[in-house]
Formats: sequence, structure tokens, C-alpha cells
Amino acid sequence: MKNRLPPNTISRRRLLRSAGAIAIAAPLAGLVRHASAQTLPALPVLNSLLAGRIPRWERLRLELPMFADNGQAVPIRLSMPGPFAPGPSVQAIHLFSERNPVPDMAVFEFPAPPLKVEVDARVRLAGSQRVLAIAVMSDGTTYAAGADVEVTIAGCLDAS
Amino acid sequence: MADSRVNVPAECRRGEPFEVRISIRHAMETGYRTDAVGSTIPRDVIQRFTCRYNGEPVFTVRMTQGIAANPYLRFFVTARESGTLDFEWIDDGGIRGTAQAPVKVV
Repeated sequence: MKNRLPPNTISRRRLLRSAGAIAIAAPLAGLVRHASAQTLPALPVLNSLLAGRIPRWERLRLELPMFADNGQAVPIRLSMPGPFAPGPSVQAIHLFSERNPVPDMAVFEFPAPPLKVEVDARVRLAGSQRVLAIAVMSDGTTYAAGADVEVTIAGCLDAS
Repeated sequence: MADSRVNVPAECRRGEPFEVRISIRHAMETGYRTDAVGSTIPRDVIQRFTCRYNGEPVFTVRMTQGIAANPYLRFFVTARESGTLDFEWIDDGGIRGTAQAPVKVV
């Protein structure tokens, strides 16, 4: 390499450049994340479940790994802190995917009022996306929770 | 098809929730895969899973191909009386699987 600048200059230039990039990108990323955090995806199955009801983005928790190497089996945890006793109890928790060919992945139902709501399962995900959970209470109110997941190898679509 | 593994605590305290874990051996065939000659392998997934406690349903799951192969579930049941947990699942082919676990309430 000719005209090589002293190493100090390069590192300072790189440092400044990357610092600038971070300064610009960080608030933008924050904005995008925040905007997507509490919006419902446009899924017909979701509309028919909610039937005009607006879920509250609280209480229900959906935990997924931030990065999933293999979309064929991604662990998920759904939980809702109690106690439920005097108020309404959880009737069902619906789990939706915004990218899978079949968006409704599963419905967990509690025919008897549960004391502790914590469910683990493993799902298939066709690529990076937002997973959405909707809890339906015995009085008809709904709660929502979402989680973003990066999937490296998509599940369901391999044609092997 | 009826292969499964169930894990329930040896003793449960009355009135308190206890952890139930079950793993079922099932391909959960999505219906999107093709075989060696290019024809589609039909969907075959567990449609419904039910857990009954002394005969009463306490937890059910309606599944689609969104649930991974060899479904694993972990959930909580409230201990009332000693007895049994009965698990039952049925797939697209109509094949039914069952499992049982004793519950000892102290």
C-alpha cells in the first residue's frame, strides 16, 4: 500500500466516523423499535379474535430469545403475574406469528381458573419477525405482548 | 406415536401450583415439505392436547404447524387432591396418544 497514513490518523478518523454513525443510528433505531413495539400486525385471524377490542399492552409477558439460530424450534415463555382471584382470570392465550404461512401458532386454554400462568413451548418461525401473544380474560378484556426475534435459519419452509 | 415423557413433582402442596412438563414424540409434519419424488408430504400435526386432573380439564392447547416437532410443554396446575393427571392428544391422522402421571398432594 502506498501513501499509507500514520496509524494514529486512521484510527482517529475511524473513531470519529463510527462515533458519528452511532450518534445518528441510535436514536433512529430507538424510534423504530418503539413504533413497532405496541402496534398490532394486520392479520385477519387477529382481527376476528379481537372483534374490535383493543388489547392493553401490560401484564402479559412473552419471552423469546433475541437471536434464534434455528427457526425449527424456538423456545418461548408466556406468563402473567397473579393473583387473579377477585378479578377476571385468564381464559386463553393466543400466539401469533406475522411471517409464518399459518399465523396462529397455538392457543393455550385454561378451562379451570389457573393460580399460576406460566407456559413454555417451542415454536417454528419462518424468519426474523415479531411474535405476538394475546390473552383473553374471563370478562372479555384482552392483553397483548410482543417480542422481536432474529431467526438465522427459517423453520417450516425447508423443502428438503 | 404414543411416546412421551412426563415430569411431575413427587409431592405437591395443597392449594399451590405445581410444575408439569411433558415432551411428546411427534414429527409435527408441516405440509410444506416434499419427498424424494417431489410430492408434498401431507400435514400431520397434533391438533389438540388436553391435560385433565382427576377427570377435570385444567389445561388444553390447540396447535398448528407453528409448534415445533416433538412438542414440549411446561405449565402449572393447582394441587387439590391426590390423584392422576391424564394427558391426551390427537393428530391430523386421528391418532390418539395418552400419558398419565400420579399426583401426591400433602
